[in-house]
Amino acid sequence: MVSGISKIAESATTTRSVWRDFRSHRLALASAAVLGVLALLAIGAPLISAHVTGHAYDTTDLTNLYAKPSMRYWFGADELGRDVFTRILYGGRISLAFGMLAALASAVLGVVIGGMAGFHGGWIDNLLMRFTDSLLSLPILPLMIILSAVDLEKVLGVPPGDYLSILRLIAIIVFFNWMIMARLVRAAVLRQKQCEFVEASRAMGAGDLRVLLLHILPNCVAPIIVTATLSVGNIILYESVLSFLGLGIVPPTPSWGNMLNNAQEYLRSAPWLAIYPGCFILLTVMAFNFLGDGLRDAFDPHGPKG
Amino acid sequence: MGAKILKRFTHMVGVLVILSVVVYYMLGLMPGDPVDLLITSRPNITSEDIANLRRLYGLDQPIYVRYLKWVRQVLSGDLGFSRTYKRPTGEILFNRIGNTFRLMGTAFLISLVVAIPLGIFSALRQYSVFDYMVNLGAFAGISIPAFWLGLLAIILFAEILGWFPPGGIRTYGRSSAGDLLWHLTLPAVVLSIQTVGRWTRYMRNSLFDVLRADYIRTARAKGLRESVIIGRHALKNASLPMITILALSIPELFSGALITETIFAWPGMGRLLYDSVIGSDYYVAMISFMCLAALTLLFNMLADFAYGLVDPRLRRESIA
Repeated sequence: MVSGISKIAESATTTRSVWRDFRSHRLALASAAVLGVLALLAIGAPLISAHVTGHAYDTTDLTNLYAKPSMRYWFGADELGRDVFTRILYGGRISLAFGMLAALASAVLGVVIGGMAGFHGGWIDNLLMRFTDSLLSLPILPLMIILSAVDLEKVLGVPPGDYLSILRLIAIIVFFNWMIMARLVRAAVLRQKQCEFVEASRAMGAGDLRVLLLHILPNCVAPIIVTATLSVGNIILYESVLSFLGLGIVPPTPSWGNMLNNAQEYLRSAPWLAIYPGCFILLTVMAFNFLGDGLRDAFDPHGPKG
Repeated sequence: MGAKILKRFTHMVGVLVILSVVVYYMLGLMPGDPVDLLITSRPNITSEDIANLRRLYGLDQPIYVRYLKWVRQVLSGDLGFSRTYKRPTGEILFNRIGNTFRLMGTAFLISLVVAIPLGIFSALRQYSVFDYMVNLGAFAGISIPAFWLGLLAIILFAEILGWFPPGGIRTYGRSSAGDLLWHLTLPAVVLSIQTVGRWTRYMRNSLFDVLRADYIRTARAKGLRESVIIGRHALKNASLPMITILALSIPELFSGALITETIFAWPGMGRLLYDSVIGSDYYVAMISFMCLAALTLLFNMLADFAYGLVDPRLRRESIA
């Protein structure tokens, strides 16, 4: 009897009930675990490359071109004799870091724009939402291709460094990915604006910024987290497509996408070059999607399973 | 209703104009303008010749002058000449658009035939093993990189099994419809996977929500047969949001077709755009991009109106 009461009291906190719902969603938990493992592999790539596999990601070995997967080359070797497994680990660093950074940037941009639109309303809302909707109706991939193919040297006058090229890639992907978050945040802010506690705090003399930061945004955290998580998968897919087309991350820096580009010519002779990097993309994106879905269900106030 | 359509249409034209300016400017920033490429193939060209060529092609004028010239040229019907294919742009484009629509149309049909029944049965057998498997499959379909799936399909079905050709649109010398379908199968199936994943989930969730509604409970309480309830009431209401999703998928199919065409060497519009951007074939790149953009915007606009047209409740409101 007493333990029953303590159990009821335990589920009172929002965080606890969210965590409890999340725990019951087995796929989401499994995805979180998978992502944790992938993150560890990516972070530990230099260590693994030095101690476990014994290859660096860029040592070419011309006597071992297209080696089949073996004890020496766990996933085989590519067209320059480089170890595919090590390259996948390093590629994971790039793809995961890129994905999360770009997702964070688009989330921030989306929150700022959506928050401003929802909070101020009126003509700002109109203008921002029209802009958002116009961008959403554009053909995204063709525009990304054209923007990525621009020669930065012509724009800047000097050849760009590596960092600038990656920054450009991030900017392009973020530019086409903030809209969904903006719409969501605007809807959430509009909902919160109508609540009485907002009226109350204004009656007590709270200024605009205080109301926004202290009262409205904390209640919008749930959809923001869910959308941001789901967007990572999307961004990783976009980055792989661009790298695959030769317009994203350029070799010799390994990225799962550009490894697949090289593999295209050897589908018959060395299919493992194409199979493994793609598997990792699929695994990562699926994990982020399940994670986001699980988070969405966990945050849903209607309780698990509808 | 008519005024709304006109307003949207004007908005669309405005966006297209802005896009044309932006993209024209971007294409001007591509590595290597036409004269640069000539220089690399003829190392003993004199700087005088270069200046003359630039003046001949009009490349020495500022970009807004070039843009306005291009607009005037296009509006008078001359779509330009392709440097890579040595043919007028209009000729190439017409063929390519047809091929892309063949690919997209087939993928659309496949998705319809596969996703809708899967979604319906999934919703009817909620939380069963079947539902679970379908959901997993749908997630995989959404998460899989389309170009990788294409490569896998080529490896398995074209190289190892040899059932289908690894690409292209026809076998040399043959031009039958059967040959076309044989070449069309792999690309269309690969293109449809992501759409199938998305539609299955939407159909399932939509029908799922509808089955929980009060009017369904009323129908059951009235004693109607389950097949009538589902067939007449549930499905109709579940299909309404699907119409918007179906219409919105068409612009996505355009982007997906770009990737699929590149992998399977399918001569379509998306691949034309990619090849011409990479190959600095500016007229073709400009025209094919504008075509793609116009089609995408058009179908997005249609998607917005589709729901209003199909749902009789909204139709009645707009009349009143």
